[in-house]
Amino acid sequence: MDTTPESPNLSASPKGPSEQSGSGVASSSVPLLSLRGVSKNFGPVQAIQGVNLDVPDGQVTALIGDNGAGKSVLIKTISGIWPPSEGKIFWKGEEVHNHSPRGAAALGIATVYQDLALCDNLDIVQNMYLGREETKFGALDEIKMELATNQLLKDLSVSTVKSVRQLVASLSGGQRQAIAVARAVMRDSRLVILDEPTAALGVSQTRQVLELIRTLSSRGIAVLVISHNLNDVFSVADRIAVMHLGSLVSNGPISDYDTNSAVELITTGHSSRVPTTLAPSS
Amino acid sequence: MYKSLRQGDSGMVPVVVGLLLLVTYFQIRNAAFLSSGNLVNLFVQATIFILLGMAEIWVLLLGEIDLSIGITSVLGGAVAVILVDPQFHWSWFLALPAGILVVTLIGALYGMIVVRLNVPSFIVTLAGFLAFQGVLIYIVDSQGTGGTIPVHEKVLYNLVYGNLTPLWTWILAIEGVAIMCYRIIKRDINRRASGLVTEPLTYVVVKVVLLVAVGLILAKIFDANRGTFIVLRGMPFAIPIDIGVLVAGTFILTRTKAGRYINAIGGNSEAVRRAGVRVNRYRLLAFVLTGVTGGIGGLLYVSQLNGVNDGPPSTLTLYAIAAAVIGGTSLFGGRGKMIHAVVGGLIIATIYNGMALLSMSASTQYVVTGIVLLAAVTVDSVARRNSATK
Ligand SMILES: Nc1ncnc2c1ncn2[C@@H]1O[C@H](COP(=O)(O)OP(=O)(O)OP(=O)(O)O)[C@@H](O)[C@H]1O
Ligand SMILES: [Mg+2]
Repeated sequence: MDTTPESPNLSASPKGPSEQSGSGVASSSVPLLSLRGVSKNFGPVQAIQGVNLDVPDGQVTALIGDNGAGKSVLIKTISGIWPPSEGKIFWKGEEVHNHSPRGAAALGIATVYQDLALCDNLDIVQNMYLGREETKFGALDEIKMELATNQLLKDLSVSTVKSVRQLVASLSGGQRQAIAVARAVMRDSRLVILDEPTAALGVSQTRQVLELIRTLSSRGIAVLVISHNLNDVFSVADRIAVMHLGSLVSNGPISDYDTNSAVELITTGHSSRVPTTLAPSS
Repeated sequence: MYKSLRQGDSGMVPVVVGLLLLVTYFQIRNAAFLSSGNLVNLFVQATIFILLGMAEIWVLLLGEIDLSIGITSVLGGAVAVILVDPQFHWSWFLALPAGILVVTLIGALYGMIVVRLNVPSFIVTLAGFLAFQGVLIYIVDSQGTGGTIPVHEKVLYNLVYGNLTPLWTWILAIEGVAIMCYRIIKRDINRRASGLVTEPLTYVVVKVVLLVAVGLILAKIFDANRGTFIVLRGMPFAIPIDIGVLVAGTFILTRTKAGRYINAIGGNSEAVRRAGVRVNRYRLLAFVLTGVTGGIGGLLYVSQLNGVNDGPPSTLTLYAIAAAVIGGTSLFGGRGKMIHAVVGGLIIATIYNGMALLSMSASTQYVVTGIVLLAAVTVDSVARRNSATK
């Protein structure tokens, strides 16, 4: 079975790292992130099983799939929210042990969760810097953090918030989304994971987030983005990964897909036009 | 825009108004209420509610609670009293920290049980309330002094009954006011220099003027002779102790990562965890800080009582929680400041003191304190609901 966990360096799977056509960062053919045989169950509920996924550096990978397909569970596993029940995670070809949110952050993985994970009782600046506050002589350097937050929001054209000292509780859904995305971007990350970043956004803010995603990848940062909007996916992604009922059924460059085959994969888990990447799991 | 900057302070206006109303009422009923003698007495009574209230705020911020602080703090005080007693004869500078350490270790124990074993804190501390009450009675009775141990040691006695000289009272007051004004002005200047939004200048000026006024009035109250037979002037040591804890606690809470995380955990602990923070470490820290602060409060308590007896103060914990909550700290976590305990503690002490002055019965005091607690929380939650639906 080629769902057997194995090192991506030695991988012989069809979409193995050695065959990857790198874009900006062609010097390394090892994917930034690789999953091999990753499963996660909650008691009897098998949320994802046998996922083999490669996320190359500097590219935008879109993760698509129906509601409940396991997309959020997959990215939470990558972000260290919980350890995988089975399987291995590789970062730049090295196996990652004892995966935790802290460890993921240390690797350079920044995640915007579907539920945003903001503290309502803190203001925007405090949320932006949560877990990596700037200090001066051991005390928080509020001015530095506030200035940087102002600058970043300006760079990202987030102009709708009145004051960065506003409590996050007082923000609209779209504003909260924008803050969460900005926070992930700020963190000098190698891989930014976005779980439905545009779901709550208006037209212009959606365009801004997509623009932002392109900016990130042009800076050599890998992006893994979950979206239900195929227009967005085809306008921004370099690669597509499709999940169906907890399995990753297809993973490849965007040129291999069109809207019809993507819809087919999402709804049925296979497509006559696109080769699926996995042997069907037992 | 500056409205949001003020968000934090304006929330306390109703409580402060409530306090002023209480003061006015008592002053009308008895002209001795605002005499410097009585006010100093009131402040000293308040110091204990304030310290224990501040202790409680650390865990309340997490959304946890300590139902035993009134017992464990007195247990720490009792340990200090026993250690300075002739039979052990420890020096005060070992015995007093030892008392604080006892309460701190109990806090650490609670924290460990809550964090590691996931037992709700109100159960853990309720168990502690019962158990340590027993320990307190036991160690007091086991001294064989008939259930009461008096304080014979000068420093412990003087925590409450000793005073700064009038000169030092003024130096301290002026210095304190000067430092606070400097900080307010410096903050404003720094923000302006960095091009950040600032409070309007009038607001800064009002703050500074208020600070100076309060500082001068307090110094004047402490400076006045309040003795009847002998001259009694100066600020009781308990006051600078409270202020020191207030300043340190506020600094930790607002200017350090630890304080930021303790606040954030009460808002959304999962978000804090996902941000890569070792959440359990900071939850444990909050319990430890509750212990340290409570330990200092316990020393003041035994100092004020001039000893310790085997009738544990069963209502002290409730006053501590009430002080924090009346001042504006949420019972559900995520909202609280050290200053809340100061205002809440002053309100409780005002009721306590004023009613005694009017020779009202203890039963009336309890009822009134209960009503004030309910009123404060109701006003707060109604105000909050209005601002949320705005
Ligand atoms: N914490 C959890 N405990 C138990 N089951 C869970 C948990 N999280 C997810 N699941 C289950 O795992 C499956 C996959 O959920 P997941 O949230 O990954 O879906 P999704 O692909 O993100 O869907 P959507 O597009 O609606 O966000 C679902 O059946 C869900 O009920
Ligand atoms: Mg999801």
